[in-house]
Amino acid sequence: MTLRPDPTFHATAKLAMQAPVENFAYTLMLSADFSQPDGLAIVDVNPESKDCGKIVHSVTMPNKGDEFHHFGWNACSSALSPLNGHPFLERRFLIIPGMRSSRIYVVDTKGGPSKAKIHKIIEPEEVFAKTGYSRPHTIHCGPEGIYVSTLGGGGPDGTDGPPGIFVMDCQTFDVIGRYEIDRGPQNKQYDFWWNLPRDYMVSSEWALPPQFEKGIVPEDLLSNKYGHRVHFWNLRERRNVQTIDLGANHQMALEVRPAHDPVKEYGFIGVVVDTTNLEGSIWTWWREDGKFHCEKTATIPPEPAAKDDLPPLLQGFEAVPPLVTDIDLSLDDRFLYASCWGTGEMRQYDVADPMHPKLAGSVHIGGIARKAKHPGGDYRGGPQMVEISRDGKRVYWTNSLYSTWDDQFYPDGIPAAMVKADVGENGGITLDKDFYVEFPEGYRSHQIRLEGGDCSTDSFCYPSV
Amino acid sequence: MVELTTAGLWLAVIASGIYHGINPGMGWPLAVSAGLFSRRAGGLFRALGLLAMGHFAAMVGILLPFGAMLTLFVWERQVRIAAGLIAIAAGIYLLINRRHPRVLARIPPGQLALWSFAAATAHGAGLMLVPIYLGLCQAGDLDAGHQAAATLMTGNLITATAVSVVHTAAMISSGGVIAIAVYRWLGPKVISQSWFNLDIVWAISLILVGGVGIASIGFAR
Repeated sequence: MTLRPDPTFHATAKLAMQAPVENFAYTLMLSADFSQPDGLAIVDVNPESKDCGKIVHSVTMPNKGDEFHHFGWNACSSALSPLNGHPFLERRFLIIPGMRSSRIYVVDTKGGPSKAKIHKIIEPEEVFAKTGYSRPHTIHCGPEGIYVSTLGGGGPDGTDGPPGIFVMDCQTFDVIGRYEIDRGPQNKQYDFWWNLPRDYMVSSEWALPPQFEKGIVPEDLLSNKYGHRVHFWNLRERRNVQTIDLGANHQMALEVRPAHDPVKEYGFIGVVVDTTNLEGSIWTWWREDGKFHCEKTATIPPEPAAKDDLPPLLQGFEAVPPLVTDIDLSLDDRFLYASCWGTGEMRQYDVADPMHPKLAGSVHIGGIARKAKHPGGDYRGGPQMVEISRDGKRVYWTNSLYSTWDDQFYPDGIPAAMVKADVGENGGITLDKDFYVEFPEGYRSHQIRLEGGDCSTDSFCYPSV
Repeated sequence: MVELTTAGLWLAVIASGIYHGINPGMGWPLAVSAGLFSRRAGGLFRALGLLAMGHFAAMVGILLPFGAMLTLFVWERQVRIAAGLIAIAAGIYLLINRRHPRVLARIPPGQLALWSFAAATAHGAGLMLVPIYLGLCQAGDLDAGHQAAATLMTGNLITATAVSVVHTAAMISSGGVIAIAVYRWLGPKVISQSWFNLDIVWAISLILVGGVGIASIGFAR
């Protein structure tokens, strides 16, 4: 409990853009063969620093096999919600779920980058007992506490009941319980985000644990059994009010990115692959007269490739699907970044007109067949988790998707990497040839969080004026 | 002496209204938000109206029962002591339980009057007014002798309504001035700067008001 709101809380996205820039990034490291404990790396990203691009501190967990993936802060600008009435929190703790173990770590970052340490560990049994869910994933700070999406239900393989979202206390980190009162037809879960003042939430579907934990199941994919629906919720009533099916061929609807300015009632969602033509796609959803709509607004074609250049999984297609595995929207709602993890391309779309995204920039790096090089190191895999600086001028990304899937698409391995591109005044992106973060041997890298907030963390409650 | 006391108590009613109004926790940022969302000052004024309704309901909802109880002559003293003790207890509770009531976050953004009512009630805003109100009833009654219970009841209820109206008017005027200033000139940056954690001050205010309420019983007799 503080006397003033945290200085990194901003009423509007525009104010967050004008705030001091990030000096550090927090990046998750995972041991894909579970031989080492997972960890949190703190990376110096201050160009003035002699350690820029280096890991200056890391927190190693006491367990193995957690499989880190996504994570988030205990508090963000949503604390300034006028309805909340009590913004006296600190952006201080990182909530890091183990996606395989269902264990949740709370890391205290107070005192500077070298002081980060484990504050609390929530054991899987507590999550199972209080929620009936497993495999926690995405973190957002919302009404009443920290919201955590999960990918699994109960039971050893997580298929006993549907996965969903649960709520945690943002100060004690006690697991409070399930979010949903009426989930409607929702039976799979991946990402979620919302528009707090307009009181709606959007959630997406990836797959059930048996469809991802041991690797992608090609038969399930080709028979369109992965998630392909988007759910819209009355946030505070905790009711699913509408479900939109994107069509069964649009497999794996992942990241949900609403416009940051809450006046705008639209957002984007990325679809990994269209099983009819291997395209990746970006969809725009919007609300009009109380009804939600969702349309495909950009497609990314597959790239042909020789059979010998492909892993067994793709040899039959003689093509590389782009695999849109992550998207991220700049705080001014102007540029949407799309990671094409298969083809090895980071795309930048101008989405000033959200119904007509225009390709504005592109960087090729890695890729299953292209194998585009980075001058700074042996970059393998493709661009995957992407994070944008608050001012929109720098874009960081890592290269791993998920332990078992990495091995199927990139059998030669994906050593951890974190790179950066600079954004031009009016769009366009160029790779920073000097920025290449080396990680300890045997690790892969996943989501990045930036000091003071970034473009996939904070929910703003006031319009940008 | 009676006039002086009465004037002082009415000043306290106004002062507590201003105090509640400038506290962002009582809702002026919601009026700014409404103005920004509707892109019209009309949205802001409508929100202020709804916030005032909720706050008024929370005040009058607490004052009326106390006013009614005060007409039971035999228990008058006990009612006054109880009112003071409740305010003190609420203050102590808020001091010990520093957790902010979570239930407020569940109220939909469209229901501003309900939100305002719940926010005021959850923070014991009405309890802060009760000892002042009882003081006003007392001051008015000192030379009234033994009026008929019905007359006294009517008088107390009119006073309760008047206190709530004056307090709410002060509250919404002070909060409204800030909301308009932020909306028109200062910009949303002020919103995060305007928050001071008043939890402790607020809790102590409740204890003080309750204490003064009880102490004044002795002086009056």
